[in-house]
Amino acid sequence: MSARDEILARVRRAVEGAPEVAIPRGYRTTVRVADLVGLFAERVDDYRAVVHVLPSAEVPGKIAELVAGRRMVVPDGLPPEWQVPGGVAGGTVAELDGADGVVTGCAVAIAETGTIVLDAGPGQGRRAQTLVPDYHLCVVRADQIVAGVPEAVARLDPVRPLTWISGPSATSDIELNRVEGVHGPRTLEVIIST
Amino acid sequence: MSATFIGMPGNFPQNAAKAVQNSQLRYNLRKATHTIRGKRANVVNELPDWQELRAAGKAIKDDTLRHLDRYLVQMEEAVTRAGGHVHWARDADEANRIVTRLVQATGESEVVKVKSMATQEIGLNEALAAQGITAYETDLAELIVQLGDDFPSHILVPAIHRNRAEIREIFLDKMRPVPADLTDEPRALAEAARLHLRERFLKSKVAVSGANFMIAETGTLVVLESEGNGRMCLTLPETLISVVGIEKLLPSWRDLEVFMQLLPRSSTGERMNPYTSMWTGSTEGQDFHLVLLDNGRTNVLADEVGRQALRCIRCSACLNVCPVYERAGGHAYGSVYPGPIGAILTPQLRGMSSELDASLPYASSLCGACYEVCPVAIDIPEVLVDLRAKVHHAPAERAGMRVAGWILNDEVRLSKAQRLASRFRKVVPKRLPGPLSAWTDTRDLPEIPEESFRDWWERNERA
Repeated sequence: MSARDEILARVRRAVEGAPEVAIPRGYRTTVRVADLVGLFAERVDDYRAVVHVLPSAEVPGKIAELVAGRRMVVPDGLPPEWQVPGGVAGGTVAELDGADGVVTGCAVAIAETGTIVLDAGPGQGRRAQTLVPDYHLCVVRADQIVAGVPEAVARLDPVRPLTWISGPSATSDIELNRVEGVHGPRTLEVIIST
Repeated sequence: MSATFIGMPGNFPQNAAKAVQNSQLRYNLRKATHTIRGKRANVVNELPDWQELRAAGKAIKDDTLRHLDRYLVQMEEAVTRAGGHVHWARDADEANRIVTRLVQATGESEVVKVKSMATQEIGLNEALAAQGITAYETDLAELIVQLGDDFPSHILVPAIHRNRAEIREIFLDKMRPVPADLTDEPRALAEAARLHLRERFLKSKVAVSGANFMIAETGTLVVLESEGNGRMCLTLPETLISVVGIEKLLPSWRDLEVFMQLLPRSSTGERMNPYTSMWTGSTEGQDFHLVLLDNGRTNVLADEVGRQALRCIRCSACLNVCPVYERAGGHAYGSVYPGPIGAILTPQLRGMSSELDASLPYASSLCGACYEVCPVAIDIPEVLVDLRAKVHHAPAERAGMRVAGWILNDEVRLSKAQRLASRFRKVVPKRLPGPLSAWTDTRDLPEIPEESFRDWWERNERA
């Protein structure tokens, strides 16, 4: 018997006659939040990321100011108004390693947890592009922010590679002290475009 | 390279007695467990629907286990459809052989690893080393354990037993390259690990991971982490091999809305962990292999009381609140799964034939704190008591229990025994002789009253 058939047979023997299970979903699937932008900004800030809340017209100027002097990776499909001069394509790992940072949009953001989700869609790049450079500048449009985790899960497509980001890379492995900046980008900067 | 736990000598009381003599260890553990306990409580209390999430989490896992055969087949189909390859492993040896063969097929002799309980359980690093393949742990705590030639002592923070000064010593001694002026500041130690692993991440061709969840409906794997070492391993190498226990499944994509709330808050005490990666099959051109691991899980599944241990999502909240773990530390459990969950999981996965494994169900005061914090409501005390009944007991103990049962089962016999005991109360020794001394070695014999309560009641009611 193959390992597959044997494991499946063992499972069937083990659970034979076990009762069916009803799943109670009494938890909150929508959360009413008066100020989504404010809560999201506060929670991102809790992770010691840098947050700016700006009207959309001021976003290009802010991007230009923040990336000045940095060699930035620019993923395919980044909206023209967020483009940075002299952007690097970032096709190879070596190229990414040589860059100073990356500028992206996102797919969804979660206010309650201060989380940004990338799904490799336009303007978000392949996963390596937001991982290897040491600085990640992410622009979140206010209409991309949902209140809680259930609303985000409902909006996402599992077929796409997803990266959930909550603050800069960190570790708590030494005496359970949180230290920001290990292998992923050590600085996360978020612009919320309202 | 750290040795494997399997076949570790001794038993829990002996190991614990030794561990509690180590005051540094007790200090480190107390500090760490109390810190994380407080963090967890804060973020759990933030959610008004925590108990509803917990009830849903429990039921989703129970449903997963009830129809595990169906969900496994569904998972296999979904991963295959998305360009991945699925392998099945009955036990540790088979899983190790599969991974070794897959690595050999790439022509590589080095792999980078994301922290994974399943690969520790099967001793994968040692099996690969025997075939000339070096596995590099990339999680900071795992790196500390690996460089220190040590055992992990906690599910989430395997180096919890080490403080910053000890970590600095290990790095100076074993890490190459290492900054000559390395201090014991956590920030400096993390920076040293970053430098140490950076090159390796960028050039590695093969990675091995586990997974926190697998979604049967979509074939998606989910890995939660903090440092970015996980993303490095999951994203950059050309070949990715994930070894995952069969109980890690969730039926549907929607179920993540529950577990992405339960796990981070229970585990690191954060609203959300810094990074979570989710991928389905072959992603961005990667060659993806999923190894589905049984290794004793179907035996656990067959036990009506014990099967709830398979709901475990390895958050380690039960370790952090356990008064026994806080004092004895993780090594005393002689398993990659320490603490309360280890005390019920290890004896079920490995059986209770060794002295160590048979002692684990007793590594508890049954205070129930573990049950209270468990995000999937595993009734650990219930399983501990059930396992205690299944452990092999000495003939004298069994005979004693039979006699006690015979007396306690009958009102007349009980009152006769009580009167007899009262009459001889002066001559009953403080320490019992012979095999009965096992009982009084660790407890005082209760004072025998002059008269039983029943007799007293009878007398006073009549008067």
